[in-house]
Amino acid sequence: MMTNQGNRVTQGQFSFLPDLTDAQITAQIKYALSKGWASSVEYTDDPHPRNTYWEMFGNPMFDLKDPAGILMEINNCRKTFPNHYIRVIAFSAVRGVESVTMSYIVNRPKKEPGFGLVRQETDGRTMRYTIHSYATDKPEGERY
Amino acid sequence: MSPNDSKTTPDDIHVDLDAEFKASNIQELLDQLDRELIGLKPVKTRIRETAALLLVDRVRQKMGLTAGAPSLHMCFTGNPGTGKTTVAMRMGEILKRLGYVREGHLVTVTRDDLVGQYIGHTAPKTKEVIKKAMGGVLFIDEAYYLYKPENERDYGAESIEILLQVMENNRDDLVVILAGYKDRMDKFFHSNPGMRSRVAHHIDFPDYSPSELLSIAKLMLASQNYRLSPEGEKAFGEYIKLRMKLEHFANARSVRNALDRARLRQANRLFLGAKKNLSKTDLMTLEAEDILASRVFKEGALDLDGDEGADHSA
Repeated sequence: MMTNQGNRVTQGQFSFLPDLTDAQITAQIKYALSKGWASSVEYTDDPHPRNTYWEMFGNPMFDLKDPAGILMEINNCRKTFPNHYIRVIAFSAVRGVESVTMSYIVNRPKKEPGFGLVRQETDGRTMRYTIHSYATDKPEGERY
Repeated sequence: MSPNDSKTTPDDIHVDLDAEFKASNIQELLDQLDRELIGLKPVKTRIRETAALLLVDRVRQKMGLTAGAPSLHMCFTGNPGTGKTTVAMRMGEILKRLGYVREGHLVTVTRDDLVGQYIGHTAPKTKEVIKKAMGGVLFIDEAYYLYKPENERDYGAESIEILLQVMENNRDDLVVILAGYKDRMDKFFHSNPGMRSRVAHHIDFPDYSPSELLSIAKLMLASQNYRLSPEGEKAFGEYIKLRMKLEHFANARSVRNALDRARLRQANRLFLGAKKNLSKTDLMTLEAEDILASRVFKEGALDLDGDEGADHSA
């Protein structure tokens, strides 16, 4: 059974939808700005769902008033890493929250090979299962 | 009527420019400007022209006649205290009302905020400032400090490079206003021709006349809930005339400093005076004696306590 055709990585918001257009991204950033959240751009080429800490592309952008600046940074990142996963996160500094409140992918590799199931036989006849991205067989930077 | 497509718009459709003008509240904005900024004819003329251009542009767009967004980067030159910063503050709001910028906030920076201290520090610093200013106005005060020709390894040039690029490519995201004294700005543009050609509007701020300075003084006092008595007003008119002849005269800034000192003297007069039961009018009024106590009258010299409105550090 294949529920996720094309092996698209689905993490963060909107990941089951078609890729966001720039206008849609701008609208999302505007929403984050209206809430006073600081946006930042991150990238990675390791698509494992538990890979939470992606590389930062520049510093988080505080005190911005307009989405254009963040969109510019997204486009810079796309230019530098055209075949990486790029996501935008919004950080809320409200006391008691102090964590990421939005996270969505804005760029993905052209071809996503997907994940394979890895079986490991351990004590007795116990089976352990894990997933493994075909992309990560190659070293970092050459995956896509 | 919604002709968005130039191909389908017939030539004989008419747009009521007057109605558009009324709908945009521009007149109210211009009136407010006239009320709150004294003098500054060239500035007001330019703002009016810009308003007209943006309005006509909007109407043209309705007719399907598109043209690129006009470049609104500006350069304010003028002597100290002629209102460059004050006008820049207003500019953000004005451009927002005219629908040219989205947010209309003002980010004021000087060389320190743009230029880094070591290699690779300048670009991120400049870009961060630019990102903050997007959707509004980036005001670079004393812009000529960005370029230091005597030091070849100065990072200012890198900052200028990035600014130029953004001024060209992100024209509809932000408006850059450069400000500084006339002669030094001229020198700056002379050594950065790229900058000169990208700044479309060069506005020179004229010096104020004595009567304009007096109106400015009254406006400043009114905003602080003070006023001049009739004799005080006459005395201040005299003060301005005398002060203008002295060195380091910085137009409205000198006026502000003089008023601050007058407030000091007024407070002292009230404190030492026999009348301990003060009315609201007493507290609000600056009398002639508060003004006439200035050294400008007695000795024809500057007051000592920091009357250096003009920047003479150069």
